[in-house]
Amino acid sequence: MTDRGEIDLSTDATFEERRLHLAHLSDEELYTRFWELTEKLVEPLLQAGREYTTPAIERSVLLRMGFSSIEAQAIVRGVIDHGLMGRGAGHVVWKVSEELGLSIRETGLFLAEGKHWDVAARLFDEVAS
Amino acid sequence: MKRDVCEDKVVRDGRQGENGSVQAARETSITLDINERFDVRKILDGLENYRSPRRPWHWREGRGESRKIGAFEYLETSESLENSVPLPGSRGFGYIDPQPDCVITTEIASGRFEDDIRRMRMAAWNGADHIMVIRTAGQSHIDSLLEGTTQGIGGIPVTRKQCRATRRALDLIEDEVGRPINYHSYVSGVAGPDIAVMFVEEGVSGVHQDPQYNILYRNINMLRSFVDACESKKIIAYGGQLQIDGAHNANATAMEAWKVMPELMVQHAINTMFSLKCGIKPENIALSSVPPTAPPAPCMRIDLPYAVALRDFFRDYRIRAQQNTKYMESETREATVTHTLNMVISRLTSVDVQSTITPDEGRNVPWHYFNINAVNTARQSLNGLDGIREMVDINRDGPLGDRVRELKERAILFLEEMLEVGGYFSAVEEGFFIDSAEYPDRKGDGIARELDGGIGADSLFKRADDYFAPVSVHFGYNNIPAPFECASEAIGGDTFQDPSKIQFIDELDEYDNVNVRIAEKQKYYDNPNLVRPEVEFLADGVIVLTLMLPCDRRHAEAASLVIGERMGLSDCEIIHCQVMHPVEGTYIEMKGKIDFDIDLSKLVLPEVIETLSESEIREDIREHPMTVVAGTVGEDEHSVGLKEILDIKHGGIEGFGIRYHYLGTSVPMDKIVDAAIETNADAILASTIISHHDIHYENMRKIADICIEKGIRDQIILVGGGTQVVNELAVEAGMDGGFGRGSRGIDVASFLVKRRREMRKGCDER
Repeated sequence: MTDRGEIDLSTDATFEERRLHLAHLSDEELYTRFWELTEKLVEPLLQAGREYTTPAIERSVLLRMGFSSIEAQAIVRGVIDHGLMGRGAGHVVWKVSEELGLSIRETGLFLAEGKHWDVAARLFDEVAS
Repeated sequence: MKRDVCEDKVVRDGRQGENGSVQAARETSITLDINERFDVRKILDGLENYRSPRRPWHWREGRGESRKIGAFEYLETSESLENSVPLPGSRGFGYIDPQPDCVITTEIASGRFEDDIRRMRMAAWNGADHIMVIRTAGQSHIDSLLEGTTQGIGGIPVTRKQCRATRRALDLIEDEVGRPINYHSYVSGVAGPDIAVMFVEEGVSGVHQDPQYNILYRNINMLRSFVDACESKKIIAYGGQLQIDGAHNANATAMEAWKVMPELMVQHAINTMFSLKCGIKPENIALSSVPPTAPPAPCMRIDLPYAVALRDFFRDYRIRAQQNTKYMESETREATVTHTLNMVISRLTSVDVQSTITPDEGRNVPWHYFNINAVNTARQSLNGLDGIREMVDINRDGPLGDRVRELKERAILFLEEMLEVGGYFSAVEEGFFIDSAEYPDRKGDGIARELDGGIGADSLFKRADDYFAPVSVHFGYNNIPAPFECASEAIGGDTFQDPSKIQFIDELDEYDNVNVRIAEKQKYYDNPNLVRPEVEFLADGVIVLTLMLPCDRRHAEAASLVIGERMGLSDCEIIHCQVMHPVEGTYIEMKGKIDFDIDLSKLVLPEVIETLSESEIREDIREHPMTVVAGTVGEDEHSVGLKEILDIKHGGIEGFGIRYHYLGTSVPMDKIVDAAIETNADAILASTIISHHDIHYENMRKIADICIEKGIRDQIILVGGGTQVVNELAVEAGMDGGFGRGSRGIDVASFLVKRRREMRKGCDER
């Protein structure tokens, strides 16, 4: 039993047959139902947004940390290659900068050039273990 | 309590805005002179250091109040502009220019932003305050920001440099017209969050953002689209931008667009609710709504119930009324009528942003003047429909109400079945969307996508427990380490808080960039007197010929190309062809290029006649009363123009004390001369509108000859007037002066006084 009760979902059911359970609803009740159903539909999509990240999201973080698009792309590539995406690319830059006592920008530029990834790997391995 | 949006507290390079937002200083180093063409080189100079204030969306000021403009009371206008080009028809109403209450959009993207800027200035003067920039083909699939100013195809590459340059230009243009301009582009594709950040940083006020668009039309992975969209929308919410969804694309894609209305409502709903949950305020969420059909379909009866149903369900949100383009062909007139009918729906229901599609979109990337035409179609229609709901109401008791109810139920059934099959992703996998049957009917021609397919399918990463993003605005899980309360504290503030951290990239391609393009056109930049016609790019040389050939279509097309070639045009191409009758006639519009420049400084211009001041004319008439006889001569029943020249109410010569005897229309030539003799008139004002076979000049010649015959030519002033009259030719035809289109009473009165003085001086000398 779904929340709609026993409704004929077969593709050859006509609109007149399918609408029976809506026929008695007032316009305001239709409005409420429309938005309740929509809310239910989008909740899993929002949940995915809370749990996942993507190269674009991480680049957007790096842009806001003061890197150019080219630098951000190089850093994210390194983060993916070193299996650190789940920790956050900005996190990696920040943590390495703290460790090395360098500015955020200097650190990011080193990482973009392929340097200090050993430090990053060590720092995040420690956390993991 | 940790926060996912931090306060703006670091202000390094500007002033604190009223709402606490960081505001950079406005342009002070360049000014725009109304009498000079826009020199884009000034915009590019020092661009790396230019920062526009953050630009939340701007609605027009003074809406919702009635307003007296000229002779009329308006119910749906906003504050007037300081500088504008009124509609042509405003001449009869004292050149009023009422600005409708809704924002008016124009979409400008020729491929070269430097030329678009000049078009944006023209559009702003014609009443556009929402400039939408279309992206170059394929930008959706670039997994990064683009940089530089390479030339685009069907749009421009939306880059930081291009955005900043355009915003800088718009900052100047909006000061010139006296109304803020919303700059708009697209947060879609696989670099959505990157672009959203850049747009907030560069003062973009409006965006398209709808993950469904990526999925259905760009084949970008479904999960990737929605996950990216969460971050993008959070950033858009922070920027205070207006977000427009992408549902109208279903309308443009479905084969039978009038059947996808239930689905359109579902697409609108998904993006709306999703955006709301990401933090965008309802007043910043706009539906891109298109009336689904167009004539010759009985479109109003189909589209109006849909518009009503949509506004019922989406009463808390904004409506961006888009024009129907699905059924647009190459005829600009037809597109304009559809646009106008669409605006009747806008006014009968509601509209917050009135979009305009250029009437030439069915033939090419829009041209300069078609952008202006489209904006004017909106301005004209909305002016004309002002306050119509005071008198005309939607009648819900009857077929409209029934249809509204039906559409709502069909949309709800659609949502129910989506949940039934397992939610959004399953529904897309099963091809629910863009099916061209009216739901719940199905044709099976929908667009289906796989959850693990599409571009970027392998680019999703689960956030770990210690995931951290040290930025001031972020969606979802963020493990902000102690002791920080706000994530961006860890880095001393991000670019939203401290714009001086923004990195600017100038150019990446040394051959394809704005500097190279300017160098190629250097002579036109250095010498503004050097001009060549253009439709798109500076001095592109394109002109359009309209031809009507008395033959069938195929021959007409071939003949037109030969005509173009013989006229010395290159690259001739037929852009519109319409059969008037299978053999009697074919109408053609053909473009071609000319390859020469005109030097404005070498042109001989007709003398500008200075009119005497009103007081000087009045004084002269008081001292020396003047009488004229006037009429429309020949077989010509036109009277409006002459009456405007005569009548005191229209600023005519009567207002200066000149007495007139109006003889009416179709006055024979000898009659008007006789009347002048009888009344001892100082002048004859002969109006001639019909101009076939130069009849207007022939009639003038006859009047002059009769005056000579009757021996009064030396004592009388002869004036010819009419829409097709040119002064020089009227004089050749024996008149003292001629007055063409746009002449006013004061022009004629001033001429009469001056001419009488000359004649008197001549008499004295004799």
